[in-house]
Amino acid sequence: MGSYIPSTPEEQKEMLSTAGFDSIDGLFSQIPESVRLNRPLDLPHGLSEMEVRRKMSGIAAENKVFPIIFRGAGAYRHYIPAAVTRITSNETFLTAYTPYQAEISQGILQSIFEYQTMICELTGMDVSNASVYDGANAAAEAAAMCRNRGRTAVYVSAAAHPDTIRTIRTYAFGAGAEVHLIPAPDGVTDAGALREQIAGDKTAACFYLQQPNYFGTIEDAQALGEIAHTAGAKFVMGCNPISLAILKTPAEYGADIAVGEGQPLGMPLGFGGPYLGFMACKKDLMRRLPGRIVGQTSDAAGNRAFVLTLQAREQHIRREKALSNICSNEALCALIASVYLSVMGPEGLKAAARQCYSKAHYAAQRIGSVKGFELKNQAEFFHEFVTACPNTKRTLAKLERHGILGGLPLPEGGLLWCTTEQNTKEEIDRLAGLLEEEEQK
Amino acid sequence: MKLIFEKSRAGRGCSILPACDVPEAALPEALARKLPLRLPQLSENDLSRHYSALARRSFGVNDGFYPLGSCTMKYSPKIDEEIAALPGFTEIHPLQPAHTAQGCLKVLHFAEKFLCELTGMNEISFQPAAGAHGEYTGLLLIKAWHRSRGDEKRVKIIVPDSAHGTNPASAAMAGFTIVNIPSGPDGCVDLKALQNAVGDDTAGLMLTNPNTLGLFDKNILEITRIVHEAGGLCFYDGANLNAVIGKARPGDMGFDVMHLNLHKTFSTPHGGGGPGGAAVGCKAALAPFLPVPRVSERDGAFVLDYDRPQSIGSVKSFYGNFLIVVRALTYLLTLGREGLPQVAENAVLNANYLMALLKKRYRAAYDIPCMHEFVLSLQDLKQSCGVTAMDVAKAMQDRGMHPPTMYFPQIVHEALMIEPTETESKETLDQAAESLLDLYDLAHTEPAALHRAPEHTVIGRPDEVQAARHPVVKYRYD
Repeated sequence: MGSYIPSTPEEQKEMLSTAGFDSIDGLFSQIPESVRLNRPLDLPHGLSEMEVRRKMSGIAAENKVFPIIFRGAGAYRHYIPAAVTRITSNETFLTAYTPYQAEISQGILQSIFEYQTMICELTGMDVSNASVYDGANAAAEAAAMCRNRGRTAVYVSAAAHPDTIRTIRTYAFGAGAEVHLIPAPDGVTDAGALREQIAGDKTAACFYLQQPNYFGTIEDAQALGEIAHTAGAKFVMGCNPISLAILKTPAEYGADIAVGEGQPLGMPLGFGGPYLGFMACKKDLMRRLPGRIVGQTSDAAGNRAFVLTLQAREQHIRREKALSNICSNEALCALIASVYLSVMGPEGLKAAARQCYSKAHYAAQRIGSVKGFELKNQAEFFHEFVTACPNTKRTLAKLERHGILGGLPLPEGGLLWCTTEQNTKEEIDRLAGLLEEEEQK
Repeated sequence: MKLIFEKSRAGRGCSILPACDVPEAALPEALARKLPLRLPQLSENDLSRHYSALARRSFGVNDGFYPLGSCTMKYSPKIDEEIAALPGFTEIHPLQPAHTAQGCLKVLHFAEKFLCELTGMNEISFQPAAGAHGEYTGLLLIKAWHRSRGDEKRVKIIVPDSAHGTNPASAAMAGFTIVNIPSGPDGCVDLKALQNAVGDDTAGLMLTNPNTLGLFDKNILEITRIVHEAGGLCFYDGANLNAVIGKARPGDMGFDVMHLNLHKTFSTPHGGGGPGGAAVGCKAALAPFLPVPRVSERDGAFVLDYDRPQSIGSVKSFYGNFLIVVRALTYLLTLGREGLPQVAENAVLNANYLMALLKKRYRAAYDIPCMHEFVLSLQDLKQSCGVTAMDVAKAMQDRGMHPPTMYFPQIVHEALMIEPTETESKETLDQAAESLLDLYDLAHTEPAALHRAPEHTVIGRPDEVQAARHPVVKYRYD
């Protein structure tokens, strides 16, 4: 059995006696007899470190690590620089908590301030919070930010990630708010349908658009945002942070709130988490932004100092009147994102984004020229695209045998492919070759 | 210390990416970003030093005693980190086919089984990412359950005044009206007030147990009975589960739904504020409403099941903070049936021992045995010497300790809430007590020294009013 308890039996006895107890059982006398668990736990015996390593490594080995991945759909395998992993494994960063005590937490506070600045730079927005749970949760929190007086209804593009749509719906169930899904025939949000549904709706709080959308397509965010604004609703954009190095920013599109999944910024796939929800907004919405915000101030001697600020928004002060219940966030993931952005720098991040874009276009051309795998995207796309596929099951099984995780099969048919800077030309050519073999069958 | 942006020099950087090996595709001008992208430009060495300096200006459990009440700042084992960094976990795409992710699904399955045994619940979801997120999820289950019975009038959630702020905030987000009830003089729920508060509009009760005073509510069965008889459900806030693990189970106390924090009870690191991990557990009657997907077993293999027509939906993407669950499971397997109850035993022992030492001078808000934490009231010190809980907390920083939770629970004046956890040694507790007793004496002889504190930190007390009045929340490049 492993244990992390330092006290020896002799020390325990001494401490019990100092505290005025005869026995360990005496410590639990507050617990009514009728609810005590007076039996051993029905669990396996504890393990030594060597045994637990063996056991957990065995479980990990039951997973298949795909050497080549052409799948994204909300989780992206970008290259993670060594400096990112090593720097963020620092034990102080790992084992600190929310920086409530500013004087001994200046490092954590400054790192959050730097993160906030970088998120503002990426999105073009004025204010960022210190993070929320993930992209889907950020979208749901953004919708909640926009609810004001009679305006409660959320309009969501059907071309958003299904998990995001589901999360927005779940939060709306809590709040008792309406969710209207704007159709996206052919994988592009239908501007006409948005105009028709939202115009004149005095309850419209916001419109949520994912850019690039779930199918990889770059939406006409300008036009869609204007429709939302004309109806008096806020415009919320969910963005891929890598794409923002080269694509028009939410600020340039006139969005009020920019959110997104920060996982591409240095976090591993990790079977879905922990990831990072980033949230930034225009200045006028600052006091409605949920979560921690770090601000700059000074101490009595005039030293620059950082503190958790604008706390009157938060649950520990406002209780049921708070804007959100969020307390713990994804601080370490936010740190990973800032180190990633610093390691890549402006040119590195742009290069990564351009490579994603170029490789996706090369892959789309190669895959799309295979008979039966025609490209479905009607408009420009970033690093994901959809192709037809005559038999998704057979194709994916074959790719799997070659160590390739192929595109995600969509319920409406076809495969959603993704490339990042990690996919080489050789991998793409090999993939196309395997698909051509399929065609010839 | 300079910000990373102030250390940036144009032209510096790290060399990470190879040249692009496919033809460059041209992005249409209309879609291109026009704003400059002002990210830092540093050499790898300078970057590494920047973050080392930031770490030195921070304080973690690895740096010293961290008795932050209700946060359970226990030691985070290194093996848990190494296991969570195995490529067999980190390199798994959340949407790869289930037959290629059996190990991940097994982790979720095993962790669920362990926690069901520890809590007395029937099913558990790991989708919520943090404690408050778990509370929220649990409340949505309560809402969905009443809805499924056509009982739409149940709109009120009862919350005792000693609850964490997240409780009423979560209930409000779930669309409930909050009914606050006071604690009795013994620090437990006032049964009379509870009896008066319940009715046919009661959706449920949220109870933190042991509560934020470190007390196990002796009337726990009476409390759940009163709520159930009124037709409500009982939610157990398991933030303080460390005190009772292996000793008592919320499921045996009459609770229908609960959450617990993997980053508290099961030692996953707090990460400077997160990521945490939560588990939301419930009895069988509420299980159909749990978030999708659920891990289930079919023909001897694990699958992700989205076909739950009564589910509340999802509270985030995918399956939760999976790598945090990996850490928690590693910890659970390490401690096992014998080790887990010892966690509670030593957490409670350490708290009572430290309280006994401190009571030589300080006043405990409730002078009875505590569970995993206890609350001191420094009201006397404030009246006699003008030294506040804040002053003492700040002076603790100069003595190499992280201060306790301050001014909480709000029902205690000048509160310091202290949770030592089971992973602290007797020497550490002795030394902490010595420092705190010393500060008590100093408050009488030289109160100004405490008002000045901290003096040995990189900054003195910051001006929080200025920060809030004139918010500067990002670096100004110009």
